[in-house]
Amino acid sequence: MTNSLNKVIPLKQAIEKYVKTGSHISIGGFTINRNPMAAVYEIIRQKIKDLHLYAHSNGTGLDELIGAGCISKLEIAYAGNGKAAPTCIRFARAVQNNEILFEDYSNYMMSLRFMAGSMGLPFLPTLSGLGTDILTKWGFSQSMRKADPKIVDDKLIVLDNPFGSWTGASKVVLVPAINPDITIIHVQKADFMGTCSIQGLSFADIEQVKASKQVIVTCEKLVDKEELRQNPDLNEIPFIHVSAVCHVPLGAYPTAVFGCYDYDSQYLRRFAIAAKNLDEFKKYQDKYIYGVKDHEAFLNIVGQERIDAIKADPRTGYSVNMKRD
Amino acid sequence: MKNIQPYTPKEIMTIMAAREIKNGDIVFSGTGISMLAAMAAKNINAPDSVIFFETGAIDSLLEELPFAVADPRIMYWAASNSRLTDSFATMQNPITGEKVIAILGAAQIDVYGNLNTTCIGDYFSPEIRFSGSGGGCDVASFVPRCIAFMQHEKRKFVKKLDYLTSPGQLGGKNSRQAAGLRPGGVSVVVTNFGVMRFDKDNGRMYLDKFYPGITPEKILENTGFSMDVSKATMANPPTQTELKILREDCDPQRLILG
Repeated sequence: MTNSLNKVIPLKQAIEKYVKTGSHISIGGFTINRNPMAAVYEIIRQKIKDLHLYAHSNGTGLDELIGAGCISKLEIAYAGNGKAAPTCIRFARAVQNNEILFEDYSNYMMSLRFMAGSMGLPFLPTLSGLGTDILTKWGFSQSMRKADPKIVDDKLIVLDNPFGSWTGASKVVLVPAINPDITIIHVQKADFMGTCSIQGLSFADIEQVKASKQVIVTCEKLVDKEELRQNPDLNEIPFIHVSAVCHVPLGAYPTAVFGCYDYDSQYLRRFAIAAKNLDEFKKYQDKYIYGVKDHEAFLNIVGQERIDAIKADPRTGYSVNMKRD
Repeated sequence: MKNIQPYTPKEIMTIMAAREIKNGDIVFSGTGISMLAAMAAKNINAPDSVIFFETGAIDSLLEELPFAVADPRIMYWAASNSRLTDSFATMQNPITGEKVIAILGAAQIDVYGNLNTTCIGDYFSPEIRFSGSGGGCDVASFVPRCIAFMQHEKRKFVKKLDYLTSPGQLGGKNSRQAAGLRPGGVSVVVTNFGVMRFDKDNGRMYLDKFYPGITPEKILENTGFSMDVSKATMANPPTQTELKILREDCDPQRLILG
């Protein structure tokens, strides 16, 4: 093993090292799938606050972070937790109670913003959103934007097609690049250097990783380099983008990981019910987040029965005929 | 005497939406009733339609109903599992986008078929905050046909949206084109009372079909803006074959039909 390229460290240490008060962060996955939940819970336990979160369609991870008061600014396209909470509950409360600053985009806009960041471009164009309030309603004021060098001066800019009417478009919307300080994703397989293989949909994880200054990868399986090198076509994230690798089995629980385990609809429902009431939510957090020292201890109180119930069928990649709430 | 229909409002809505889908269509589907409409079309009238998710899965084999567009159930046996930048590019690309029909839901709709999925009240300090655009604004910007599923209530069919998330005909007439959008957006609205479409010239919603047991007057009473009902006729109710396939093949456990 070439130790200079060994990026494997414990999750607690990775979060301490790379996630700071005021960091601009993004997390991988989509609503109830492949959220880096172990990392999210560790951020909450370490009481890291004032985070600026960039999200396309985030769900469970986002709502836990907002519920724990870790997020002060949010750029987002969608906040939903599947059937348990079609709108993320702590997100909705935080917006309704003016507890966070937030700004709305569409999923494509956010994905393109990460892509622009990954390409070293200041912006990318799209035909999405012309004529909508996404263009006109800015969550961050102009003065706040000007005062903060980490926030771009304009939310979105509409430009006449500089190529005339080429391809039939008269105007385009320019969406500004995002380069997060830190992106955290959870994948099925990674090696000690940080090369990753994602099975199933990759959502916007690849763009998020490649746009980010630092990247923490948590993985179900920490595999030999030789195993990943046999199928390089499947490795959409090469190690050059990755800062730290943390081996965390069930690290996306209670969200799903294709080929490994399903979402735990019972847990998501319990979370949604607790999230509606501050006292209940505090009890929930004390039991499942603050009351445990790490993800392994959290899974111990979740219990083996739930872990068995969500285990993926090798044929389909999800838990067949699982009772879903 | 109350007229008891041999089908539920959800069933007739699903069938009405399924009938909009043609062979060869690429159906941009959400979850819940929109997913069921896509499955019904595939099983009844459009076997060669393709179910497509904004998360990047194309032509998934749905052995079980997914509960989210990121449900691992949509990743099984798909023609391709890609990513958000690919899926939205497929819709923005007019060659493939032309074949896409989207099924969307919303908290509010206006006379021009613009949708609000963001908030009720002031955007910055809303009474109720919803999930937001997701891919709704994108697909409504890009593709020629979108079905909006709505409960027919005055507070949902409003004169003015609290927030315009996804574009329909914007302000009517040529305003969509003037804003720089391609023709498209919401083209049909399916509710528990009937089916609405949009006038080609002025872009306003009109009543096309009302369901058996429902009158145009009742629809107007539950609509917060004036609407032309003069062309409306009664919808052909779901056939026994349609209902049988919907109930037995698409949602045998009644997870969505209830």
